[in-house]
Amino acid sequence: MTQAAGPDPFDATGASFSATLRATAPEALEGRFQGPVPDHVDGTTVLAVTYDGGVVMAGDRRATAGNVISKRDMRKVFPADAWSAVAVSGAAGPSMELAKVFATELEHYEKVEGSPLSLEGKANKLAQMVRANLPMAMQGLVVVPLFAGYDLREHASRIYEYDGVGGRYEERRFATTGSGGRDARGSLKARYVDGLEADEAIDVAIHALWDAADEDAATGGPDLVRGIFPLVAVIDRDGYRELDGELVADRVDAVVSSRRL
Amino acid sequence: MSMMPYVSPEQLMKDRADYARKGISRGKSVAAVRYREGLLFVAENPSATLHKVSEIYDRIAFAAVGKYNEFELLRRQGIRLADVTGYQYAREDVTGRSLANAYATALGSAFTESQKPFEVELLVAEVTDDDVEVYHILYDGSIADEEGYVAIGGSAEAVQSELAERYDDDLDRDGALGVAHAALSDGDGRSLEAANLEVAGLDRTRGRRKFFRMATDEVAAALEPLTP
Repeated sequence: MTQAAGPDPFDATGASFSATLRATAPEALEGRFQGPVPDHVDGTTVLAVTYDGGVVMAGDRRATAGNVISKRDMRKVFPADAWSAVAVSGAAGPSMELAKVFATELEHYEKVEGSPLSLEGKANKLAQMVRANLPMAMQGLVVVPLFAGYDLREHASRIYEYDGVGGRYEERRFATTGSGGRDARGSLKARYVDGLEADEAIDVAIHALWDAADEDAATGGPDLVRGIFPLVAVIDRDGYRELDGELVADRVDAVVSSRRL
Repeated sequence: MSMMPYVSPEQLMKDRADYARKGISRGKSVAAVRYREGLLFVAENPSATLHKVSEIYDRIAFAAVGKYNEFELLRRQGIRLADVTGYQYAREDVTGRSLANAYATALGSAFTESQKPFEVELLVAEVTDDDVEVYHILYDGSIADEEGYVAIGGSAEAVQSELAERYDDDLDRDGALGVAHAALSDGDGRSLEAANLEVAGLDRTRGRRKFFRMATDEVAAALEPLTP
């Protein structure tokens, strides 16, 4: 008899959380849909904008099912680890799940290997996870994330865009996704200039979310009655941090006032 | 079939225990000292990358002595168990106690069932809002709950008695480092350099992940006022 058999030391998926999950608790991944897709929740605008020394990531808070607003305070921007963030669009359930597994994946790797993945490594891992979702995407439950982070080795901020089948594209300036993504992109195109300051990038992002909400029914604008504002996160050399709700409210207020006719 | 000579179970277990103890006693020691905000591990470890202390989960850390390849395997398995449990239920459902039990079971069955026992000794620690739990797991799977301070490894007994002399229950982090450093040095009869120490711990005032490491220059700076 040998000692308690461990994992194969040359298994390249040894530091992967999803591979571990599949091997040790496959039932946790069951329940993928077969046949017609039930009513599900989607519609979103999330975006990322680089600036001098960092990147801003922001998202609206609305979730819809058909023409019904199903949730008004959805979180679509998540910290992936201390120096990166993931924003999700598409079917709500699978999107949230993707963000959660991805964050666990990065932490798992960091703990097992003793050092974090490179930013590009993280972006590639996310692409594989989107690709793994392809069978669900074929049934209509598409998940399209956006990934941004600060590269501590290169001292630069980066954005990665994805498509529904796992294609990964690096963007230097800004990127958007979701049902309102096209409107947000138009807005960013008009307002983005190289060498923005952090505060300016935040305002540009809020403008873009406003434009998206203005045109897209599935994207929520600022909800002044309930005090629900977009979620805005900043990632720079000090890491990921979310802007305080009151600060976002002030910025939204300033942006909206500047647009008043 | 060849005839095996009869060996009594008592003798067999004793031989295995001797074998494991011998393997562990060749290695260097790790001291764990409780302080106000959590728990500090100090290991004599000349390598900056082959760790003896590491993070398992939000509030849980792991320290080991003995054969590196064996405790590295156990460490990885622990992270896997913790991450899968936390994913399936909730992060707060991952506890040091359940992890310590898993380790005790694994070491216990390897000790009785396999040719060779693990030559390792482990500490699993968890910080809670107002307490620190430390589980001490031996090569044969026996498990004990420790209070305040504990030493494992080659000169564990000597270090343990040095810790007992110096420990008080209101240390700050640097104070705990000083106590552990002095105990490890005197237990072995020499003064340890900061570059030969691996210092890490759990601090309950940190964010979600309570684990931290101290860099060599930080350790040197903290030890400087304490060493004459």
